[in-house]
This record gives sequence, C-alpha cells and structure tokens, in this order.
Amino acid sequence: MTPSITIAKVKQRRIAELISHGKRLDERGLNDYREVQLEVGIIERAEGSARVRLGKTEVMVGIKIEIGTPFPDVPNEGVLTVNTELVPLASPKFEPGPPDENAIELARVVDRGIRESKAISMEKLCITPGKKVFIVFVDVYVLNHDGNLIDASAMAALAALLNTKIFNYEIKDDEIEIKLGYTQLPMADYPIAVTFAKINGKLVVDPWLVEEQVMDVRLTMTIDKDGKICAMQKGGYGYFSMEQVLEAAKIAQQKAEELRKIVVGE
Amino acid sequence: MFKIPKRKTEKKRLGILQKKPEKLIDKNNVRLDGRKLDELRSVKIGVGILANADGSAYIEQGKNKILAAVYGPKEVHPRHLALPDRTVLRCRYHMAPFSVQERKSPAPSRREIELSKVIREAIEPSIFVEYYPRTSIDVFIEVLQADGGTRCAGITVASLALADAGIPMRDLVAACAAGKVDGHLVLDLNDLEDKGGEADLPLALMSNLNAITLLQMDGDLTVNEFEQVLNLAVKGCKEIYTVQKDALKAKYVAVKEAVEEE
Repeated sequence: MTPSITIAKVKQRRIAELISHGKRLDERGLNDYREVQLEVGIIERAEGSARVRLGKTEVMVGIKIEIGTPFPDVPNEGVLTVNTELVPLASPKFEPGPPDENAIELARVVDRGIRESKAISMEKLCITPGKKVFIVFVDVYVLNHDGNLIDASAMAALAALLNTKIFNYEIKDDEIEIKLGYTQLPMADYPIAVTFAKINGKLVVDPWLVEEQVMDVRLTMTIDKDGKICAMQKGGYGYFSMEQVLEAAKIAQQKAEELRKIVVGE
Repeated sequence: MFKIPKRKTEKKRLGILQKKPEKLIDKNNVRLDGRKLDELRSVKIGVGILANADGSAYIEQGKNKILAAVYGPKEVHPRHLALPDRTVLRCRYHMAPFSVQERKSPAPSRREIELSKVIREAIEPSIFVEYYPRTSIDVFIEVLQADGGTRCAGITVASLALADAGIPMRDLVAACAAGKVDGHLVLDLNDLEDKGGEADLPLALMSNLNAITLLQMDGDLTVNEFEQVLNLAVKGCKEIYTVQKDALKAKYVAVKEAVEEE
C-alpha cells in the first residue's frame, strides 16, 4: 500500500511542521477527507460494480456471483471472497505478478470489515443447505494510487455490494433453473473504514500518498451502522499510545457517519 | 497384563464429532478451561534452545506451542534489498501442517502472509535498525500447535529470540489478545472462544514505553467496550512481559551457574 517514492527531506519537515500547527500540505484540516466521488453500475457484465474517487485515488470494484459449495462448518451460508489487484497502471511502484503482502493486507482488511459487520445476509445466499450456495466475489481493482487505498476500497466494495443483483432462480428436481429478472443482494449493514496516519505525533484522517511516505504509523477502524467498531488494523513501523487509539475511535465514529451518507444515502 | 484403553472411534479421534459447546462461560463467570475472565493461560517460555540460530526461544501458552529463531544481523540475500542506512528486518510466520485440526497446506496462506507483515511491524519499532546498515535480520516463527492467539504468542517469543541474539532493543514486545465472549469481556482467548465469541482484539505493547505496536480487531464492540477491552489487553501484555523478562534472566543465571561449577 505504501510504495516508497522518495520525498525530499525539506518537504518531509514542511509536512511535519504544518501538521504540528494543525494544517496540511493540501490545505485540508486534520480531520477532513478528500472529496469523494462515487459511480455505481458501470460494468454491465458484473453483477455489481462501483468506482470511487477519493481525491486522486481511484478504485474500482466489481462483484461476480457464482454458484458453489458452502464451507462444511457453515453449510447454510453463502461464501464471501475478497481479492485485490494492485495493477501496474496504478502506480510506478506496482509490479505485475501475484498479490504481494500489501495487496493481501488490503484485501483482508476490506474483507474483515464486510464479514465482521455481517454486511451481507449470508444465510439468505443458501440455495440447498450443504450443497449449493451463492459465492460473492469482491474484486478490488486499484486504478490510481494516491494514498489511503483501504478507505477508498472499502467504500467502493460497499457501494458495489449495494449495487449487486442476483439472477432469479428456481429449483426443479435438484437442478437450478435460472429465471428472468434479478433480486437485490440482501444487505444488513454498511461498514465504513476510517484510516488515520500518525505524523509528528498527531493523527490525521485520510492520508494521501505524500503523507503516507512521511507517516510513522497507520491505523484503520471499520465502523458499522450502529457506530460500533467491527474491525481494526495497525500498519507501519511506528506505535500508538493508548490515548491516541481512544481518540481515533471517537473521530472514526463521526467520520464513518459522514462517509456513509455519501455511499449509502440518508 | 497391560490394560488396553478403549480406542475412540476414528471420527471422535479426529474431532469431527466435536460440537461447539452452547455456553463458553458458565454462570459463575468460569470459562470452559477453568479460567477466570481476566486470567491468562499458563505461559512457559524457554530462551536459547536452538543450536544453529543466533537467537531462539520457545513458548507454550495454553495449548499453543511456538518456536522462534533469529538469524542475523547478516549479509542480505538477494543483495539489492540491502538498505544503506539501516538493517532489513524480515519475518516469516508459518504454521506446521499438523498444528491444527484439519491438515494445513504448508504453502503460505493469505492469512500467514498478512500475519508475517503485522508481526514484523509489531517488532520493528523495538529494534535500533540504524545500528546495522546493509544487513538483514531474519525472524522465523513456526507454530507447532495452535489454539488461538498464535500471532500474539508469536510476537512474544520472537521478541525474546531477538534479545537472545543480542540485538539492541528499546524494550521487549509482549503481546496478548482480549475480547468479548458470551457478553463478557475476557483476556487471552483460546481457539473456541475466538471462533464462538463476539470480538477479538490482539495487542502488542512495549511496556516501558507504553507504546502499542500491534492493534487489530474483529467482531463488534462499542467505543466504551473497546476502551475496556484495550485496558484488559494491556494488563495481559504487562503480565506476559514479566514472564518474558524472567525467562530471559533464567538463561543467563543458568550460564553463570555452569561457569561457576567449573
């Protein structure tokens, strides 16, 4: 998530100095997000899709639905898989090849938010218990990397899931027959990820690429629709104090509510 | 003659018939393994137990059995990964195929790749990386038996292996999880509690600096509950930190006694 792009020491000091005065290089406040732009239903072949622009960061998510077998320990629930591709067109530091640890971490943080908030009603995705269920593939495609891929990907994934429609079906003699028409994917929660960077001892939300280079450490909190925390992830080589973590939890609650209005509507 | 114990049926032996118990905590606030809500599992640690490694340690926390070995500081391979101003810390968290109920493929899973990353990021703040430019320090964590909380026990034991290798550190990193099970806030969740509970929050702490170097969470917690769980996890880390220090001292006491006997 953080390709190393060299930033002059002067600029690093400038960023750190500005933040200690409560200002940022791109003139945002410490707790301001960049502008969020959202489009849904842009890929007709996919069952659901969305594109999120968070400042210059751009992420596309496509949802594919397939029929498969459930996991033996939860025979009457659907299956969710999240995968991330950091394709080379998104940043000079991304390379072709299988997902590296950054891509895997990103996918697993997005996955954890959706799974732990129980955003999808998994039990409604069961066709025949123990045999056939719907598998929801969430594929996160980063198109332009300008920092904070986690929040952008989580928002795009949520928007795409809300946009997802499953084909209607009927069971005849144990065979699945696909019918005309579509049904909305059953959703029960709307998790929003809020990411902080600690720079010069202070917390800022939604770090952009340059701030990600300068930050000591990163913390993501995913908040569900009731304002509860459903997932957390610390990243980077620094550390937090107890007070900072608790402060972050309070800010994350507010920010998640604001962002949820953009992604889900009122 | 010897009495031959009755052989359990194959299925029972494999744990296939094992059902999830309905209640993980009884009405007297006692957990399935007999612990109180804020009680750690028994922790046993040995330091310096592998001959080849520059530093090593072994931990048993409940049924968890984990080995860690450190090689380095040494030349970096491949060489182009070397950094001019600091050492490269590399970390591999790996589970043995026989460490869990169903055989795990030995190839690194996505979970193991993520954990290797977060463990590295939890340990690195404790090391003076700038002391050894153009070198690497490799940390290998092998989970021999898993019963919940392996990433935390892995961090605890890896930090000791680094200390055993004589690498200059700001503090030992101790890690412990806390969470919510059956509506109660509990410390050091085992596998059953982790799977059946409502929330799990692994935490790593440098106790002397009060610095949190690993923080993850899944489940659901209100902000208020989060604060309490965080405090509980910090308490657990501090208890483990004491055991860690004793284990490290014990190694040198043993060496001193051996020398004096000669």
